[in-house]
Amino acid sequence: MAASTDTTAGKTGFRAWLNKRLPVDEFVDSQLIGYFAPKNFNLWYFFGSLALLVFVIQILSGIFLTMHYKPSEAMAFDSVEYIMREVEWGWLIRYLHSTGASFFFIVVYLHMFRALMYGSYRAPRELLWILGMLLYLALMAEAFMGYVLPWGNMSYWGAQVIVNLFGTIPVIGPGIVEWIRGDYGIADSTLNRFFALHVIAVPFAIAFLILMHLVALRQTGSNNPDGIEIKAKTGADGKPLDGIPFHPYYTVKDIVGVGVFLLFFCGVIFFVPTFGGLFLEKPNFEPANALSTPEHIAPVWYFTAFYAMLRAVPDQQMGALLMLLAIVVLFFLPWLDRSPVKSIRYKGWISKLALALFVVAFVALSYLGLQPADGLYVILARIFTAVYFAFFILMPWYTSIETCKPAPERVSYHA
Amino acid sequence: MSDENATPDDADLSRRKFLTVATAATGAVGAAFTLVPFIASWKPSERARALGAPLEIDVSKLEPGQMITKSWRKQPIYVVRRTPESLAKLGGHDGNLKDPKSEASDQPAYAKNDMRSLKPEVLVLYAACTHLGCLPKQFFTVADPAMGADWPGGFFCPCHGSRFDLAGRVFNGSPASANLRVPPHKFESDTMLVIGVDATQGAA
Repeated sequence: MAASTDTTAGKTGFRAWLNKRLPVDEFVDSQLIGYFAPKNFNLWYFFGSLALLVFVIQILSGIFLTMHYKPSEAMAFDSVEYIMREVEWGWLIRYLHSTGASFFFIVVYLHMFRALMYGSYRAPRELLWILGMLLYLALMAEAFMGYVLPWGNMSYWGAQVIVNLFGTIPVIGPGIVEWIRGDYGIADSTLNRFFALHVIAVPFAIAFLILMHLVALRQTGSNNPDGIEIKAKTGADGKPLDGIPFHPYYTVKDIVGVGVFLLFFCGVIFFVPTFGGLFLEKPNFEPANALSTPEHIAPVWYFTAFYAMLRAVPDQQMGALLMLLAIVVLFFLPWLDRSPVKSIRYKGWISKLALALFVVAFVALSYLGLQPADGLYVILARIFTAVYFAFFILMPWYTSIETCKPAPERVSYHA
Repeated sequence: MSDENATPDDADLSRRKFLTVATAATGAVGAAFTLVPFIASWKPSERARALGAPLEIDVSKLEPGQMITKSWRKQPIYVVRRTPESLAKLGGHDGNLKDPKSEASDQPAYAKNDMRSLKPEVLVLYAACTHLGCLPKQFFTVADPAMGADWPGGFFCPCHGSRFDLAGRVFNGSPASANLRVPPHKFESDTMLVIGVDATQGAA
């Protein structure tokens, strides 16, 4: 082990003592300084590290919320109001957590869009993409269960709608719904187990998946806006010519990103914490009431695209299946893209148009999911659902017939 | 033998492989059985089951055309005392219904009739919309301006727009595919309705 002797050599005192027992310097040298990332990263490459930052914010604010929150049907709503009104700085901790949930999805959606643009899901990064998708699924579960905890009326009815989706599974559906709830309706038992899952089980799963996501990234190396492999062109020292050490170059760049991010994040927390009913919905300021449905049941904005698809189908079983497919199809992206190039920069006009239409469809569906399900809204939701799926289903065709520009040998970089 | 880990030349490798697989399989079965208590702990507890006992309602206290909402097993139940006029209207719109004869819907056998009830005037329904469990709102007025001139009176779900008539039967064009469900119920006396049991099967 040449590396380990290198890192302890020439060191004295506590640092030498420590590194003999825990390879701190070796880890930093091999994983951060020795990790070469493409030098042509742009703005889109901030969102991975920002997602990690939001995860840390959620864990820390969440720990402090659990010190005051009570996960029972009788006390949950009151304990959240108690945090907001009577716990010192409780309002800040809770707004950090509720705003953090929305920002988590903003950052993750931008991170995923970056992967779509630059073909970061393509070989050899298929598993990296799939681990990311699993993280997205875990995040959805985490967000949904977290949304139930304040036990407002929208929490209650949102849980009702989502848990009943499992009831559309043939034969075993009704039994599964009863098993998930632990009662004959959404009840104390449901709230209590969602709390356990939200606070312990799913965060552990997310932390594990983040670790796997990073290990896989370390193995394949980052993609870049040109979508070419920097490992293909190495200098005499065996290091990529188009790569620079992750630390200090990108750690410093990411810190600037963190600063800008916190400006937006704190702006929302201090000035518009409910974000006009988008981050915290108005009906959730009323306690859960099994005998009174809110006028319009809509999930929080980050789920509304899929909710719009669910409502676009007249048959509930088919609607639930379509919603599931909308997520599942993303897992197959690495094998649907047949283009000779990875990055949108060198793909043909059809791919560019397809990606643009996909973004329009996703944003439009997200808007439609917040609107009542009638008339024109349903027709539009059907059209955009078709566009959403066409992006994937037609991908093997349009990526293989279009004329692409040749990808460059070296990354394009303007200092 | 200088190295304890080395495989001797005369070792029966197939036997060793069989034992490895057999041990692993036995362990897997044991692990699977260990999951049972954890999975079963999610089922409704003894207390939850006890709290789901039947519910008694005196329907003589309901005015004709009046509806009350009760809760049984955490599920809201609608009890409607229908007027003779609204009962007379029920047969008039079968063509607009997805399942006019309740063939594909969920109700006890004694409620699988034109009125979907034991007694024609007393309608008992699970309030949860068969689409996604919201509560349909009552729109009992014939030709209610919000529902259109040919509206015979019934329920409208505010979540996703499902419409039901005064027997809980779903209209065409609704996202819900089945009629509102009917809970098990019976009449203990002429006016005493019991929800949660039926005359034949006992407690549900």
